[in-house]
Amino acid sequence: MSTNTFSTSHLGTDTGVRRPLIEARGLVKRYGRVTALDHADFDLYPGEILAVIGDNGAGKSSLIRALSGALVPDEGEIRFDGKPVQFRSPLDAQAAGIETVYQSLALAPGLSIADNLFLGRELRKPGVLGSVFRMLDRKSMQRMAREKLTELGLMTVQSINQPVETLSGGQRQGIAVARATAFGSRVVILDEPTAALGVKESRRVLELILDVRRRGIAVVLISHNMPHVFEIADRIHIHRLGRRLTVVQPSTCTMSDAVALMTGARAPQELAA
Amino acid sequence: MTDTSGEKRGMQAFETVLSKQDTRVAEFEVHARSPLQMLQHFLHANPTAVPAIVLVLGVAVFSAIVGPRFYSAFNLSLILQQVTIICIIGVAQTLIVLTAGIDLSVGAVMVLCSVIMGKLAVALGLPVPVAFAAGLATGAACGAFNGLLVVRLKLPPFIVTLGTWSIFFSLNLWYSGAQTIRAQDVAKAAPFLQWLGTPVDLLGARLTYGTFFMLGLVAIVWYVLNRTALGRHIYAVGDDPDAARLAGIRTDKVLFSVYVAAGVICALGAWALIGRIGSISPQAGQTANLDSITAVVIGGASLFGGRGSIIGTLIGALIVGVSRSGLALSGVDVLWQEFAVGSLIIVAVTLDQWIRKVSA
Repeated sequence: MSTNTFSTSHLGTDTGVRRPLIEARGLVKRYGRVTALDHADFDLYPGEILAVIGDNGAGKSSLIRALSGALVPDEGEIRFDGKPVQFRSPLDAQAAGIETVYQSLALAPGLSIADNLFLGRELRKPGVLGSVFRMLDRKSMQRMAREKLTELGLMTVQSINQPVETLSGGQRQGIAVARATAFGSRVVILDEPTAALGVKESRRVLELILDVRRRGIAVVLISHNMPHVFEIADRIHIHRLGRRLTVVQPSTCTMSDAVALMTGARAPQELAA
Repeated sequence: MTDTSGEKRGMQAFETVLSKQDTRVAEFEVHARSPLQMLQHFLHANPTAVPAIVLVLGVAVFSAIVGPRFYSAFNLSLILQQVTIICIIGVAQTLIVLTAGIDLSVGAVMVLCSVIMGKLAVALGLPVPVAFAAGLATGAACGAFNGLLVVRLKLPPFIVTLGTWSIFFSLNLWYSGAQTIRAQDVAKAAPFLQWLGTPVDLLGARLTYGTFFMLGLVAIVWYVLNRTALGRHIYAVGDDPDAARLAGIRTDKVLFSVYVAAGVICALGAWALIGRIGSISPQAGQTANLDSITAVVIGGASLFGGRGSIIGTLIGALIVGVSRSGLALSGVDVLWQEFAVGSLIIVAVTLDQWIRKVSA
């Protein structure tokens, strides 16, 4: 149990007494002479929607990759549920209940929708067929995939067995979001989930994010879309030059303040004063 | 960026018009496609359709030109026998190609394994099961060596296997002393090694155990690729390695096991090779490398990985066998057989590129 007194939040959060679900301190990641993460901190509380904003190259994606196991930081500590964790691969993060929708979507274009939804955690048939012959339970996977997509109402696809490469950009994004929300039990991380979507589809994704929170799952949302961020986020983590600059509340901060902070036009102290 | 902090929750102002939005959904397939586009979509959805059609056409054309000498059960079964080795090695090659690699050492691995089996069992008089197991282990070791170089050192498979091709072939010449083990000696000391050459006469067709062995191997690998998680992972790794890794697949493990499996299949190919030619020669199977790639490519697999099938490779090998046999029986010079196979490769790759351009 860590009572953290080193929060750099200047605008006071109402979550101070609760224990963060994910707590990262002093994350460092260097690529040669480039420092992607420069002693970055991060806090995510249970059941909240935390938006992460920052200018291009601020290190948002590196931060997210560190939390989802896709990148192993050179220094720093990540605590999940109060316990120190070392995510060496996305598998470790998935095992902890953290699911990520990457900007690249991480779908195998030649495989079917159902195959992609269950990629890396396929269901096997019960009994000898599954345990000895490793036979996949394709019927169940296809049924669950169909249910999940129907539930999301995100897309109308011809067949659950059609390859992902035949889908439009928005539909592919829907598949990636469906995969994360289907399996994420504690945290769902979304990296620019609405970047490739139209107005209508974006609205669906925002509703979906609120729906995920309603189920008690914490959400990390990386987005450049300020109206979306200010609409659904509970707190906004502003990332700048590889570290957390500050955390603001959408209710007490304006969009122009947030943009000023993330571009360095204004320092957090000026705002607090 | 406009400041709309006054109205933070709920819909944005620009979205209110959405209530008047067009509510029609599922506008798929309404715009008519040209017959050519429909063909492209069909071929994209059924990748083995092209080689299957080519095979049927090939058999039909040669039957019409050559007549009963071609389509007799005996000749067709002879073609099956002739493609056994290419097909088995092609199965190994398919696994590698699916991961976006290529293996130039498959032929050398096969010959090295056959020499090890023969030398241990015949020349050194070891028990046949030991010699056979040593052959399989050699195949696995060769595959593991390729796999390590590709996975650990991240070298391109083309370069790795170009190097190991020469290395394995030299080892083969050194260990065999460039000596052929005669078929009679093999039959006396280790008849089990020739077992796959046992003929089976069936309704005028002459098959061997090797043919059934090949079909069994194709069935097993088909099952693994299409009905197990490992198979799906092999496709995913070849399709988009980054996506596969982010989805939680241990791509290194998958890649390494594919190279080891390919090595073992080559060793099984060595067994079939001994059955087919009876003797054990360090110079045998020289064309297996390129023949296997030919079968895989004509079978519709993409050299860019993630696309292709085992059935396609079987059909690809059969197409090569049918065109060689058909041209030979038509009295065409041998050099034109090579010409035809070469043209088939170019056509197959061109077709693959066209099919991959299919739009949603």
